[in-house]
Amino acid sequence: MDRVRAFGRFWYDFVIGDDWRIAVGVVAALAITYAVSTTGTSAWWVLPVAVAVVLPASLWLVARRTR
Amino acid sequence: MNAAALFGAVFLACMVEAVEATTIVLAAGTTRDWRSALRGVTAGLVVLAVIVAALGPALSAVPLRPLRLVVGGLLLIFGLQWLRKAILRASGYKALHDETQIYADEVAAARGADHRARAGVPDWYAFTISFKGVVLEGLEVAFIALTFGSNQHDVPLAAIAAVAAIAVVTATAVAVRTPLARVPENTMKFAVGVMLCGFGVFWGAEGAGARWPGSDAALLVLVPAIALFALGLVAALRVVHQRRAVGPVRSLAEVS
Repeated sequence: MDRVRAFGRFWYDFVIGDDWRIAVGVVAALAITYAVSTTGTSAWWVLPVAVAVVLPASLWLVARRTR
Repeated sequence: MNAAALFGAVFLACMVEAVEATTIVLAAGTTRDWRSALRGVTAGLVVLAVIVAALGPALSAVPLRPLRLVVGGLLLIFGLQWLRKAILRASGYKALHDETQIYADEVAAARGADHRARAGVPDWYAFTISFKGVVLEGLEVAFIALTFGSNQHDVPLAAIAAVAAIAVVTATAVAVRTPLARVPENTMKFAVGVMLCGFGVFWGAEGAGARWPGSDAALLVLVPAIALFALGLVAALRVVHQRRAVGPVRSLAEVS
């Protein structure tokens, strides 16, 4: 059981990393890009906006914790 | 993305990981047993070669759009994580990656561990530490090389870039016989984080059905824009960090 847990932990650390909110934000942004693109409007701007929101938000959480 | 950009991106990413793996192997080899440490490296490289050989053709068989969606998403997650760490280190919120300190920690741990032979390996500890270091650091290298290579239909060039980076780092480490502390690791991680984010955004959006204005030329705007944005975040966090270190500015009334 410990080995299974360690295996799962390794893949979680490898893919998700230190802040799970980043992964959730990226997946949500990809879903929004897909949804917008199906309407026929341009959807290229969604991911850059997601980067501009997710990265500072993740950094701000660290800065706030280390007060 | 031309061949030079593909080569440069993979080379830089692999160099960062190779420096970390080399530090671990050097610590195991110098303090324990070089033969066992090098067997660990060989075993690790064999495992990585098997993974690449199995995943390489599989990735080439996946249609481009779903491949770009998944790979773009993963690269963007990796890139944001790398960039986040590099920004926190550059702004003083996280200690700089110190290869000398990591080497010292590994040496202390290696000296305290049991000398035990196992499965024909004279020093099992040196073997496993080297093996783990190579596989764990190498997995990310293999992923980056495979995804960049398969997206650009040039896995061999990506593989050459990865092998070249590993060869340069290994040759330098053998020549100096000390951890590569002078490598500007945080700067390299920052640059790789920017590149991974740029390509992740580009491929992820294309995979999700978006069309970029200017097609591939959009990358020439995207990558510098992310770099400038990240540098801006470093500057802003540095100011916040310094203000907190100094403490709140007291008013004239409080001072008097």
